[in-house]
Order: sequence, then structure tokens, then C-alpha cells
Amino acid sequence: MKGFINLIFSTDFVYSIFRVMTPLLFASMGAVISDVAGAPNIALEGLMLMAAFSGMYFGYLAQSAAVGLLMALLTAVLFAGVLAFFTLYYKTNIILGGIALNSLASGGTVFLLYLVANDKGTSVSLASKTLPNINIPVIENIPVLGSIISGHNVLTYVSVLAVAFTYYLLKSTSLGAHIKAVGEKKEAAESVGISTVRTQAIALLLSGVMCGFGGAFMSMGYVSWFSRDMLSSRGWIALAAEAMGRQTALGSAAASMLFGVADAVSNAAATQGLPSDLVKTIPYVATLVGLTVFSVRLYRRQKEV
Amino acid sequence: MSREKTFQVLRTAVAMLAAILVAFLIIILVSDKPVESILIFLMQPFSSGRYLGNIVETAIPLIFSGLSMAILFQAGLFNLGGEGVFFMAGIVGSIAAIWLKLPVFIFPLVCIAVGAGTGILVMLVPGALRAKFNANEMVTSLMMNNICFGVGCYILNNMMRDTTVSSLVSYKYRLASLLPTIISGTRVHAGILVALFCAALVYIFLYKTKWGLQVRAAGANAKFAKYSGMDVMKAILLVHVIAGAVAGCGGIVECLGLHKRFEWTALPGYGFDGAMIAMLANNNPLGVVGAAVFVAYLRVGADLVNRFADVPTEMIAILQTLIILLISAEKFLHKYKQRWMEKDIQIEEVQHEGVH
Repeated sequence: MKGFINLIFSTDFVYSIFRVMTPLLFASMGAVISDVAGAPNIALEGLMLMAAFSGMYFGYLAQSAAVGLLMALLTAVLFAGVLAFFTLYYKTNIILGGIALNSLASGGTVFLLYLVANDKGTSVSLASKTLPNINIPVIENIPVLGSIISGHNVLTYVSVLAVAFTYYLLKSTSLGAHIKAVGEKKEAAESVGISTVRTQAIALLLSGVMCGFGGAFMSMGYVSWFSRDMLSSRGWIALAAEAMGRQTALGSAAASMLFGVADAVSNAAATQGLPSDLVKTIPYVATLVGLTVFSVRLYRRQKEV
Repeated sequence: MSREKTFQVLRTAVAMLAAILVAFLIIILVSDKPVESILIFLMQPFSSGRYLGNIVETAIPLIFSGLSMAILFQAGLFNLGGEGVFFMAGIVGSIAAIWLKLPVFIFPLVCIAVGAGTGILVMLVPGALRAKFNANEMVTSLMMNNICFGVGCYILNNMMRDTTVSSLVSYKYRLASLLPTIISGTRVHAGILVALFCAALVYIFLYKTKWGLQVRAAGANAKFAKYSGMDVMKAILLVHVIAGAVAGCGGIVECLGLHKRFEWTALPGYGFDGAMIAMLANNNPLGVVGAAVFVAYLRVGADLVNRFADVPTEMIAILQTLIILLISAEKFLHKYKQRWMEKDIQIEEVQHEGVH
């Protein structure tokens, strides 16, 4: 137990929180933007999975991590576009559309993985590229703080920027105002000349961009290969974080951090010989409890009114 | 049959056809011997009793999860917890099948009841949170899936694991607990009877009882149902209980019917399949049986292509996505629907004028 506590208060542990938080931050920002626009994108998991595959594969083909990242982004945006097309144009229920994309991603990536790597499990046989870690000058030399903040994957820093971007987008831009208006009351927005379809499409594509980054991080940063269903529910956790963060950028980022901590604790606990099966459920239990508390409070407040 | 319904049937048929055509396309792109592979995909499943049996045995869990989703969809609920229920019911039912001692006929029934009870308990967590506090059942049910998986794995690893075998499996079930094979020469087990029985029960519940009507009304328009004096909260709870029981049956039936011990090391994936099956069936419990058999046929076909030719089974995911997207697309074939429905109105108008 003492070893466990020491581990939790080590700089390595805090460093690892940022690492596990990165995909959650991207995905939860994607969830925020689409949900605020009234088009909840539940395909985050699938979009990230496809982006992860595409990043690994094209990075390998071109032997360039930059190309991989670019293709990961393109792939996620393309499929976010498919979702937007079906839901906005063909009026598919967006939840069902999300389920469909997730199923496509889960099976489709294994299908393609088998074709390119002759393996249904991982892509380790392909020498794919990773995105670089960045040491921040000056800060990297500060004791403790340096080893926590510096030396992360470039996308970890981008994920923090993504939160700032989402916050700014929704707070101070006209696109953000349109997104909020459409999400709140479609008819009212339409009546002042805001196109619902266009705004929701943009929101879904933006959530695709976020998923592209998140997926690229998984196969080109978190690890250096692609493996089947490698997102292991991170897209769903991001949805929960977004629900807990009440659809705000900062709230969802804070909730993502909470899950990041829970995930890091479960990883640390597993190395200490605690029952890893149970410890792995900590983030999910935390989400469930958090959502319950949030719903109960909302329910009480509504009852008082 | 009304024109609206006929149209729905037509659209489903078009989606199924499109799925098969896309399968051809994938095979042509991937396979070295496309014609041969397509023939295997289409015809081989019908070529022997064993493969026909494979279709039925594949359809069994799909029927259960499709029923579970159909009833949730009818109530307008997006609960995706079938996945966790299948796993957990399999685990808890397996405990019964390993350690209880009961006579032949009763033993599997008791195990199934245990599985169903587990399913109800698991489903009631998102169900109660939704009914009482209006918590989003989709997110909570997804969290339950992962929690069930973790807890289930813990039980499997620490209580049931057969250490004499290298792979992660439980002890063998008692022979008396297994569901017997009912057609010799195949692996079709008595679970199909349980599945059909459940389909009939769910049909009767939804369409022949007062509660079923309330559930459907709550799904169609919750506010209307509430203001016309229905207890929507109770309806939501009831739906979760039934959906949990059905999915729970599915989990343990699959274990007792096909395996001799608990063998799942990952969530089995039936929860999300259920959404597709329910949609193919337009949420009709009897339609679920047909939809499950169709999807099972596609899977057995894809499996055979994988074995005898050179196309990975996972192509099935692409077909399933297409089916979901096309069937749920309200505007898909909408133009034709419009014309089709207008004909009815014109006919009525003509008849009307004839009377005057």
C-alpha cells in the first residue's frame, strides 16, 4: 500500500495523467461542439479508431508521421461528414447513425488491418511512425514541474489548445453563437436566417477534426502501433465527461481530467498487484457515480422550481 | 396492409439487397477468385444441414438481443446495455451451472432464470436512473457494460477459472445443466425454443396487453402519454426489466447451448447487433426472428468465405453499417414514398367523388 501511495505522488504518475488524458480531451471537445449544436455525435469512439488506423497506415506508407497525422484528420472528418450527410440530409437518427459508424470502425479496421498486415490483432509488423515528444526549453530544466509539463507528445499540447479553441469558439465567435442558437432552438435560429443544416454539419465536421487528433495520438503517440478496438471505450468515456461537464468546454475538460486520474490510478494499482480487473472499472464507476449525482441534483433543482 | 407499411417493407428489402450487393463489391475488390467467393458467400450456407444449422445457432443470440433492443426502442429508449447484460448473465448463470446440483430438465431452466434475474438487476441501474432522475440511459448503460465486464472478469479469474487449462476459461458446467442439441448432425440447441418463446411473449406483451400499449404510447410521445394519465415512470422501469430479462436469457442460453464452460474473454458484441436486428425488424418482436436469421445467414456466408476463400469475416461490419444507415434514413427513397402514398389519396378522392 505504501508503495502504491508513493507511486501516486511521483512525478511519473502526474506525467502519465496528461498522457492518458489527451485522447479524452480531444474526444470530449468533439462531444461538446456537436452536442451544443444539437447533433450529439456518439461515433467519437469509431471516428478515433478509424483515425488511429489511418494515421498508422499512411504514416507507414509514406514513412512520415506528418502524413499520418494529416490522413488521420482527413479520415475522421470524412466519416464525420458521412454521419452529417445521413443525419442532416437523409434524416437518419443521429444515435443510430453513431452506432452504425462505431460498428463500421470496429469491424472495418480489423478487415483492413488483415489486408495490410495479415494480422487481425495488431499492426506491429508494420514499421509505422510516431509523432515527436517536445521538450519545452527553460521549463524542462525546472525540477518536478519540468518533468511533469515538459517532454510530452506534441498532440498532448495540441489537446490543451483544443480546449482553449472550443472555449473561445463557443464563447466569442459568431459561428459559436450560431452553434448554440441552433442547438437551443432550431426554429428560432432558422427564423433569423441561420442555416441549421449548415451549422450542424460544421459542428459535426469539427468534432471529426477532434477525433482525428485523438485517434492519431493513440496509434502514433500513446503507442506506436494500431491494435483492434484500441480506443477501449475512451470515446464513450468522453461522452460521459461531456455530460458531467454540462456541455461546457472547461467543465468537460475538468471531467476528462478526473477520468484521466482514475485511469492513471487504475494503471498504477494494476502494477502494484491490486486486482486489475476491478481496478480497471474505476473510471466507469466514477462516471456512473458522477452522472448520477449530477442528474439527482438537476432533478432536485427542477423540482424546487 | 397500408401503403405506409408496404413502403417500410420495401425499404427494408432494398437495404438488405444493398447489403448483399456491397458484399459482392467487397469480395470483387479483395478476392483473387471473386466469382467463386461470391458463390460461396451466397450458396454455401444452404449447401448442407450443418451450415443451415450454423445459421440457426448464430441467430439464437441475435434473436435475444434484437428482442431486448426492440422493446427498448419501442419505448423510445436508447439503452445500449445489452452487451454488459449478456456477459454478466453468462457469468452468474455459469456459477449456477457449475455449482448447483439439480435434475436434468429443471437445471438449465434454473440457470436461465438466474441469468434473466442478473440481466434485470444490471438493466435496472440505467433504468431506475432514467425513470427517477432522467439520467441519460445511453451513457449510464455504456458505463454499466464496462463495469459488468470488469466485475465479470474478476469473478472468472478469481472464482471460476479452471487452472488446468492454459486459456482463460471457467470450470466445466455440469452435464445436466447443458441445453441439449435438438437436431442431430447440427449444433442447434434447445435455446432456439427459448428464443422463440421469448419472441412470442414479448409480442404478446407489446401488442396484446394494456402495459404494452402504454409502453408504445410513451415511446411515440412521452408527454402525450403522461398527460393522458399513464405512469411513464413505471413503463420505463417495466421496459428495462423485460429487456434485461430477455438479454440475460440470451447470455446464459448462448453459454449453455454452445459451450461446455464460460469462454468469453471480451464483451461478445451482441448488444450493438441487437440495435441493427431491431431496426431491420422495425421493432416488431416477430420480425426480429426473421431479421436475426437474415443477419445470421450473412454471417455464416462471410465466415465460409473467410474459411474457403480469402476475404476476412469482418467485411460483415461494413454490410451491417449500411443496413443500419439505410433503414434508419427517413429520407431514403422518400421521393418514392411520397408518390406511393399520394396514389392512395388520389384513389380515395376518386372514390369520394364517385359517391357524390
